[in-house]
Amino acid sequence: MDKNENQSELFDIAGQTFNSRLLVGTGKYKDFKETKSAIDESGAEIVTVAIRRVNIGQDKNQPSLIDYLPPKDYTYLPNTAGCYTADDSVRTLRLARELLDGHKLVKLEVLGDSETLYPNVVETLNAAKILVKDGFDVMVYTSDDPIMAKQLEDVGCCAIMPLASLIGSGMGILNPWNLEIIIDRLSVPVIVDAGVGTASDASIAMELGCDGVLMNTAIAAAKNPILMARAMKKSIEAGREAFLAGRMSKKLYQASPSSPTKGIIE
Amino acid sequence: MKISINGKMQSFDKEVLTFETLIKEINLEGRRFAIERNGEIIPKSQFNKYTLNDGDKLEIIGAVGGG
Repeated sequence: MDKNENQSELFDIAGQTFNSRLLVGTGKYKDFKETKSAIDESGAEIVTVAIRRVNIGQDKNQPSLIDYLPPKDYTYLPNTAGCYTADDSVRTLRLARELLDGHKLVKLEVLGDSETLYPNVVETLNAAKILVKDGFDVMVYTSDDPIMAKQLEDVGCCAIMPLASLIGSGMGILNPWNLEIIIDRLSVPVIVDAGVGTASDASIAMELGCDGVLMNTAIAAAKNPILMARAMKKSIEAGREAFLAGRMSKKLYQASPSSPTKGIIE
Repeated sequence: MKISINGKMQSFDKEVLTFETLIKEINLEGRRFAIERNGEIIPKSQFNKYTLNDGDKLEIIGAVGGG
């Protein structure tokens, strides 16, 4: 198979290569066992984690997320979930870098509103500048505004991650046209982050030409997360292959039979 | 001395307290975490050298599930 026919073509972020174009969160699962099973079923190699205060006084033999998902087996993507300012998000990611022994690949998200979790793009851009200067490889969550996406690329972010719809909403791809403009104009990977609800949403994102999809709730909040993880893996692959294959053109008023028009029995 | 750890005041009956000793005292030995003191990150490699001061404010963080 040549490169365009090979579904397992590699995917490059900040100089690292990955097989899976599905990136997953580790939140909202029933327990760590389910978290690990769902992630392994999804085939994802990059997993997001949040940075929070440790529970002082907790039994130290009680398992932690890191025990179930050893950083040597997964690429961690520490996030800044819950941060509302550039300063807070920079502070969080510097702590994450110390926590993960100098790890540079991070997910920046600066929220603007606790109800919609819509990003504050001004604070996001300010934080991105500081983090890039500080040596981080910044994958950035943003709105689906093509101008902002381009500015985030221009300040040195290694992947731009526009929302498909609000975080945790499961509303799917609400503005495919904006996503297409972003994909057309950027040269770094574009990854849809947030809003995917079911497998077809992930396929649509990939068919548009996104380089990957990041999701959490769509898998974790499914009735059967393990089965949904498997469905998402397939939908990402299917969408990617459909994109590479190049879809037929849409013909609104021009039907075209698939069977020969000659030799019909009279 | 009194030290604020993750927003909670704790007292330690010691005149000199290194970060290494503190970690044992609060039962964090062997766990994965990072520490910030008064807004400044304390590198793991310095835990046995750096000492705490009365009134220090610590944030001790780890990785948890998130999206």
